[in-house]
Parts: sequence; structure tokens; C-alpha cells
Amino acid sequence: MFSFILRRLGVMVLTMFCLSFVVFFFVNLEPNLTKLATFQTESRATDAEKAAWLERNGYRDNFFVRYARWVGLAQKQPVKDPSSGEIVPRFRYCDESDKATFSGVLQGDFGCSTAYRTTVNARMPEALAATGILMFWVMIVMVPVALLIGVLAGMKEGSRLDRTLSVVSIGSTATPEYVSGVIFSVVFASWLGWLNGSAATALSRGITFTNFTLPVMTMAIYGIGYIARMTRASMAEVMTAQYIRTARLKGLNFRTVVLRHALRNALIAPFTVIMLQFPWLLTGVVVTESIFNYKGFGYLLVQAASNNDIDLVLACGLVAVALVLITQLISDIGYAFLNPRIRVS
Amino acid sequence: METIGLIGVVGGIVFRLWPVWVCMAAMLVAVYLFKPRLGLFGQLFNTGVGTAGVLICAFWVFSAIFADTIAPLGPRMQLAAMKNAVPGAIDPETGIAFLLGGDNLARDVFSRVIHGGRVVLTIAPAATLIALMVGATLGLPAGYFGGKIDNILSFLANLVLAFPVILLFYLLVTPGIMETWIPYIMGGTLFIFPTIIFGTLFYTRFLGRSEKLYPYMIATLAIGIWIWMNLMSTGTFLAKLREVHMGWLASIMEWPIFNVFGIEPNELNIFVAVVFASSPGVFRIVRGLTLDIKTRDYIAAAQTRGETPWYIMLWEMLPNARGPLIVDACLRVGYTTILLGTLGFFGLGMGPESPDWGTMIKDGSRVAQLRLYTWTGVSPALALMSLVLGLNLLADSLREESLRD
Repeated sequence: MFSFILRRLGVMVLTMFCLSFVVFFFVNLEPNLTKLATFQTESRATDAEKAAWLERNGYRDNFFVRYARWVGLAQKQPVKDPSSGEIVPRFRYCDESDKATFSGVLQGDFGCSTAYRTTVNARMPEALAATGILMFWVMIVMVPVALLIGVLAGMKEGSRLDRTLSVVSIGSTATPEYVSGVIFSVVFASWLGWLNGSAATALSRGITFTNFTLPVMTMAIYGIGYIARMTRASMAEVMTAQYIRTARLKGLNFRTVVLRHALRNALIAPFTVIMLQFPWLLTGVVVTESIFNYKGFGYLLVQAASNNDIDLVLACGLVAVALVLITQLISDIGYAFLNPRIRVS
Repeated sequence: METIGLIGVVGGIVFRLWPVWVCMAAMLVAVYLFKPRLGLFGQLFNTGVGTAGVLICAFWVFSAIFADTIAPLGPRMQLAAMKNAVPGAIDPETGIAFLLGGDNLARDVFSRVIHGGRVVLTIAPAATLIALMVGATLGLPAGYFGGKIDNILSFLANLVLAFPVILLFYLLVTPGIMETWIPYIMGGTLFIFPTIIFGTLFYTRFLGRSEKLYPYMIATLAIGIWIWMNLMSTGTFLAKLREVHMGWLASIMEWPIFNVFGIEPNELNIFVAVVFASSPGVFRIVRGLTLDIKTRDYIAAAQTRGETPWYIMLWEMLPNARGPLIVDACLRVGYTTILLGTLGFFGLGMGPESPDWGTMIKDGSRVAQLRLYTWTGVSPALALMSLVLGLNLLADSLREESLRD
């Protein structure tokens, strides 16, 4: 078991390394750097001035050196003003050390956000916390509902209840966040006026039922169908197992069989599925936070990407990838723990 | 402003869609008459779910085919008086009724929704098809040979799968990236796979029978190159080729024969991104199926006969994996529709005027727009949802039917 976890961790670090390299490559493509230079120099700067700006701030150094600097394996060089010879930070709103230092992701320095005019470290934690709260409520709503639908449907395969619930869950997988978000806003916010069509107040004035229900519902709907389908399949399979038939023949009533015998084994497979939902939820977070104007991680990612904020996109990308990989790891290990039939070699 | 009322709107929509009703009626009659001979397709009509799935999909396919007849106006046509007009409002100048109202740029929402179906139903199935071929070409050897090939390919597939889709799109589908080589290299590579798979298919089958081998191989190569050239012959790519002294290739690609069906550079970009995002999923499924089928007796029999590995993979394994693959393709078209909607929703890749559903939902879901002029956002949202629902229902009943066999 220990060597299994160790090997998984090794693969995870390697994946992380590859993906961060890919993100770094894409974010630092020539068109993006040109845009950055245009944005950072005066609007009438000539091409030569833009090129000089990029040169001076180290954007023209060897690509791998720059990647190593960002990771924190190479020293970041201070930037000197060519005319006065003074040391000036790359962006005036972020302090930088005036000596060559190791200051990268490994040291906890994620760089400087040009869109928010502050360090990435100043923005990221609060955005992550805001999204964490949203995710927490989504999970609270989504998981029990999905498991209930799945178990009820899979209990008696082919029954009327099963067919009805299956159509319901297929319908929910056909409703991506931007569809349900629009429809819910129209019905509950515009027509009925019960709930807020914006969750912007949730962060400033605290979470209430009116401002937080719509985002949570919007995100939960798309995930419910998928988890319910998996639970149903797993439940239906368990219900045909020998030991369930034995329990039934022993004279136990249906309810006890389902609750005591079937449920525990039927919930192992959905556990993996729920954990693997995180990468999907990430897209959902971005869509939902944009629709409902909730300033969390997804909102930050959109702002960063649409404003060509290089360091912030990198940080968001890294966090997103790390999140996906960690959930995959937990799901693998958890599955091996929960299911004694899996022998890890 | 004059309107035609609710009954007028419903009646108008039903009337405008007449080609769809004619075709669906013809399809139902044909199914009723020839059901026993239609195989799997006929069996779909045994259940309510299957019938509903087929009918919804057929509805959107026919409305995409006859979009020009059904839609009263072009997708980008603006009639100044109709800005944010209510559903059923009549344009005072032309007398055309806007059945689902007008949007913030005074365009007919109904016409745009119908034309949007055409955009989705050309890109999504085509992207799924290419993704299937890429996934199959890589998944079969990974599952069959195992070992190093499997390790490397699986690692690469997991890399792409661990990449959050939304981040991938934000990095891959930007206007800036079309100035670089990346979309063309990726597109050029992905579009070779159909030729590879068909070439191998015929090569393994007709090896040693030269009278059949050569015609098939030449035809495959010719069609493959023709399609490749058509897909890649976009203006920006040709300009890039000229920069690196590959003008001869650019000149060849400018021939009319290679511009029969062209796609815009931004469409190529979207297409590549969507195929790239969905190929690893297909790869995993094909690999899993291969691992399962590999243990069957008929594979051992084929190996004993001395068939080559690629013959076994393509002619013994692939046909036997078709059931799950058809189901997956169906689900994948739906998923691709959702991905295209996401792209449109974030204004990535699609032009700002594009009539695709995602862009329409984005325009309609601005706070003020959604509060006062609900129809601009709700109509495309319902359209997208119904198409994906139809595809999912179809996939579900296909799975049921294939399990029954």
C-alpha cells in the first residue's frame, strides 16, 4: 500500500511538472508577450520600445531559464533601468528583491497580477476560499440527492420508478450550467422574484438563502445526473449478487436488505465518481461564477485569461491542475481502501 | 408594436418548420413499414425513451438541413425596428413576424436558433468522428501490445485528461494563437489519422492481393489528402507557409479542388481544440475494450492462424467493439455540443456575430438582458438542452438494446 501511494505521488509530481510546463509555454506565446508589452509601455510606444521593454524585463531570456525562474529553481535577476542604472521592479505595484534570489512557486511566490495591480498571493487565497464555500454547499446538495436518486432507481431495475428517475437524471446531464443558470435566473429571479439573480452580495454581506441558492442549484443539477447514473448502475449490479438473494431468501424484508446489505457495497463505485467530478466542477465553477457574478476562483481565472494577466493565469492553471491531481490521488487510494477486493501490487 | 399573440407564435413556429414535419413523417412511415429489416435502428422504436431520442435528434438534424427554408431571415440580418422585440412582434416595414422575438442587435431569435443548430450539427459530429479515429488508432495498439507503448500513450492521455477543459480552451482558443503554428500543427496531425486508419485497414486486408491493394490504397490516399488539404487551406495558414518559404505548398492548396469545403481559421481552431479535448476519452474507452476483447478465443484463433497484429486489431477487435463505441459516440456528440456552447458562452473562438447557441446564451444572459428580454437567452438555452437530451436518450436506449443482444 505504501509503495502504491509513493508511486502514485511520483506520477503526480511528473504530471504536474509536464502540465505546468505546457501552461507556461502557452501563456508565454509571442502574441501574449506582445500584448503585455503594449499594455505595460505607453500606448504610443514604438515596436522598438516594446521590444526593449521585453528584453529589459527578462522576457527574452532562454525559455527554460525563465521556466526554472518561475518554478524557483533558478535565480530571478533584478531589473535595472538602462538610463539611470537604478533597480526598478518589473511592475511598479509589486515589490521585488533587488538582489538575485530564488523566488518562484516553490518558494511560494506566484508573481505579479497585472490585471489586479497587486501580487497573485494577495488575490488567490480569498478567491479560493470563496469558491471553497460554493463547492461545499454544492456537495452538500448534490451528493445526497444524487445518491438517493441512484439508489432508488437501482433498487428495482426496470421498474416504473427506475425508468422515471433515469429519464430525470439523463435530463440533468443534458443541462450544462450555462443553460440551467439562464433558465433558473429567468424563472426564480425575473418572474417569481424569490431569489437573487446575482451572488455578488454573498461575499460582501454574507451568504443567505436568497443570494446563494441559484448558484448552488445551477452547479448541482449538472453533476447530479452523472453521479445518480453511476450509483444506479452500481446498485443494480449489487442487487443481482448472490448474497443479496441469500438475504432475501433468508426472509429479510426488502428494506433491510437494501439498507443493511446492498447500500454499503453499492456506494464504493460512486465514491470514485464523486471524487472525479472535481475537474468537471471546475468548468462549472467558472461558468456559474461568471453568470452569478460571484468573485471566486473561476471569476479570477476568467479575469486573468481575458486580461492577458500572465502570472495570474499561470497560478490559476497550477492550482486547477493540482486540484484535479489531488482528487484523482484521493479517489485511487480511497478506492483501494474501500474495496478489499482490489489488491494493490 | 403589433404582435400575433401566443397562438400566432405557436402556429407560426409549427408552420415554419413544415419541412421538418414532412421529413419526420416520412421517416416514421418508413420505420413502420420496414421495421424488421432496420435492425438496431428499428429496435430503438420499441421503447418510449428510444423513440423520443430518435425524434428529438431527427428534429434538429432536419431543421439544420432545411435551415435556409425554415428561418425567415438570415442569422446576421438586422431589422432596426425590432431591437429586443417581444416574441410574435411584427416588423412594421417588411411585415415579417419575429416568432421568438428580437435580440439586442435587432436580429430574429428564431432564425438564429435554427441556424445555430446547423453550426452545432456540423462541428460536433465531425469532431466526434475525428476524435473516434484518433482514439481508436492510438487505443488499439496501447491495449493490444501493452508494455512501453501503453505506458507512454496512457500517460499522455492522462495528461490531457487532467487538464481542466476550461483552462485548455482559454489557452488554446484565443485570437493570438492563430498567429502561431500551434493550431496548424495540431490540426495537421489530427487530420492525418483518418488516412492512417483507413490506409491500415485496407493494407492489412488486401496484403498479397495486389489487384485490390493498389486501387484501395491509392483511393484512400487521394481522398485523405483531398480532405486534409480542404480542411487546412485557410488564409492564415497559407500566409504562414509563405513566411517559411513553403509557398509551393500554399500555391497547391489554393487550387479550387482543395477549396471545395473550407473552414474559417477560427473554426479550425475550435475544431482542433474540441477534438484534442475529447480524443483521450475515446482512447481510454478503446484501450479498455481492447484489453477485454484480447482475452477472447477468436483472437487466439486469429493469432494461431498467423494474422498480423494490425489485422487482428482492425478487423477482429474493432468490429466487436462497435456497440460500446456507438453509444459513446452518441454521448460524445452531446458532450461536444456542450463544449461548443461553453466556448461560445465565454466568447472563445466563435465570431461575435456567430449564430451558435453558446454565443446567443452569452449575449442573452447579461443581467439587464435576462431580466427584461428573457427570450433572447432562454430560446437558445432550451434548444441546446433539447438536442443534448435527445442525444443522451438515444445513447441510453442504444445501450439498452445492445445489452439485450
